[in-house]
Amino acid sequence: MADTKVAGTHHQLGSTMVQIQNVHKYYGSLHVLRGVDLDVRSGEVVCVIGPSGSGKTTLLRCINFLETYQEGRILVDGDLVGYRDRNGKLVPARESEIARVRAETAMVFQQFNLFPHMTALRNVTFGPTKVRGVSKAIAEKRGLELLDRVGLSDKAKSYPNQLSGGQQQRVAIARALAMEPKVMLFDEVTSALDPELVGEVLAVMRDLAERERVTMIVVTHEMQFAREVADRVVFMDDGVIVEEGPAANLISNPQSDRLRSFLSRFADSGHLTRSQGADQLSAKS
Amino acid sequence: MDVVWENRALLWIGLKYTFKLFAVVVVLGTVLGTLFGIGLLYGNKVIRAVLRAYVDVLRGIPLIVTIFLVFYGPVAYGVDLSPFQSIVMALSVFSAAHMAEIVRGGISSIPAGQMDAAKSLGLTFRQRILGVIMPQAAPIMMGPWTNLAVDIFKSTSLAILVSQADFLFSVQKRATAKGHYMEFYIAAIIVYFTCCFVISRAGAWATRRMRVGIAS
Repeated sequence: MADTKVAGTHHQLGSTMVQIQNVHKYYGSLHVLRGVDLDVRSGEVVCVIGPSGSGKTTLLRCINFLETYQEGRILVDGDLVGYRDRNGKLVPARESEIARVRAETAMVFQQFNLFPHMTALRNVTFGPTKVRGVSKAIAEKRGLELLDRVGLSDKAKSYPNQLSGGQQQRVAIARALAMEPKVMLFDEVTSALDPELVGEVLAVMRDLAERERVTMIVVTHEMQFAREVADRVVFMDDGVIVEEGPAANLISNPQSDRLRSFLSRFADSGHLTRSQGADQLSAKS
Repeated sequence: MDVVWENRALLWIGLKYTFKLFAVVVVLGTVLGTLFGIGLLYGNKVIRAVLRAYVDVLRGIPLIVTIFLVFYGPVAYGVDLSPFQSIVMALSVFSAAHMAEIVRGGISSIPAGQMDAAKSLGLTFRQRILGVIMPQAAPIMMGPWTNLAVDIFKSTSLAILVSQADFLFSVQKRATAKGHYMEFYIAAIIVYFTCCFVISRAGAWATRRMRVGIAS
């Protein structure tokens, strides 16, 4: 255990929280996930890296059943996601059952996706009151605590369009936390942010990982974050996991040619050149 | 115009009928059309195909054909609708078809990420539509919905063909009885225009209010 201080082994890990077993996903004839296997343990932080089109975002969306998968199984804390097991055969689950399992995972999106017609606080309390049946008073007290934790207690009454991108994304993290999820899924959450706002969001995520021991699956291009915060890094390419391992090992000592070539595209400081993020944003707006 | 004023009581009876018809059709058309619009977007293949055909056919034939079909058609099958029921049904299925398209368009204009975020919280379909999607789509749909309401109000005059109780019919009857066609029809123009103008202004006001509420 000479490497205990190396990032990747600083968490006490619990039981298996997410199980992904031989998952396949097709868009028509396009085979975007080609048999993915991944286990994530309670309290673990897993960063998923890989070129665009590698299937990493699709995998994340499958865990939340925002995308259906056609083969294999995904289990969150033992609950099958999106399907019911009928004598070993998977049949689509009922809407209410899908919703129940979705509530166990929370997702933070690249484009924030805050509800524009609600204040920051209402964004945070909406899920707990509607899904968990928490009273408004308790949800608001807890919501204010969460906004405080992401450094936005003074913005509770603001609407999303009155907040900067970084602030919106922190509200989105608070909204996800409010559901007290078993797993948090982060989908390129800093890619749509101006460079000077990336740090504040990563700081919140780092805090969740290191102090709160939240189980996190993070799809990211922030190599420095992956290296420092992740227990494990998973490299995906072309719909499969090519390599995985402790963050420092994987990034500084890639085994496969594909990972080597992927990492070589990153600039000195450890994240994607910003122009790429800006292009993605303008392409969507 | 004295002759019109002297006949105001009879005209008012007709106008009340028109108001009642309008109110019932707006409510039915809006409710049905909203359900149909949601079905067009989120229904299974069969539901979508049926609703698509319904919407396209209803929007692709003259309203007067729909009215005659509903009024004269069912009699042969032993179903006897009252004139009011007939005209309500004909105008409602017509406006529901238009409303379905308004709802479909309004919801489609909401970014897909909103539905994703609502799903990821574990909200049910109903909660997602009522709590997240509709409040955002409503201000967008308000303008076209107001236009539809104005169209419906004008279309109520077609009730003259089957029910002989609406405002236009009372105008025509009085005009014939008194022989003052010009006066009575000018009165009709003033009343129809005023009502449509009020509906249209109220809709514009509500649209502005909703946009402020959503703060975007």
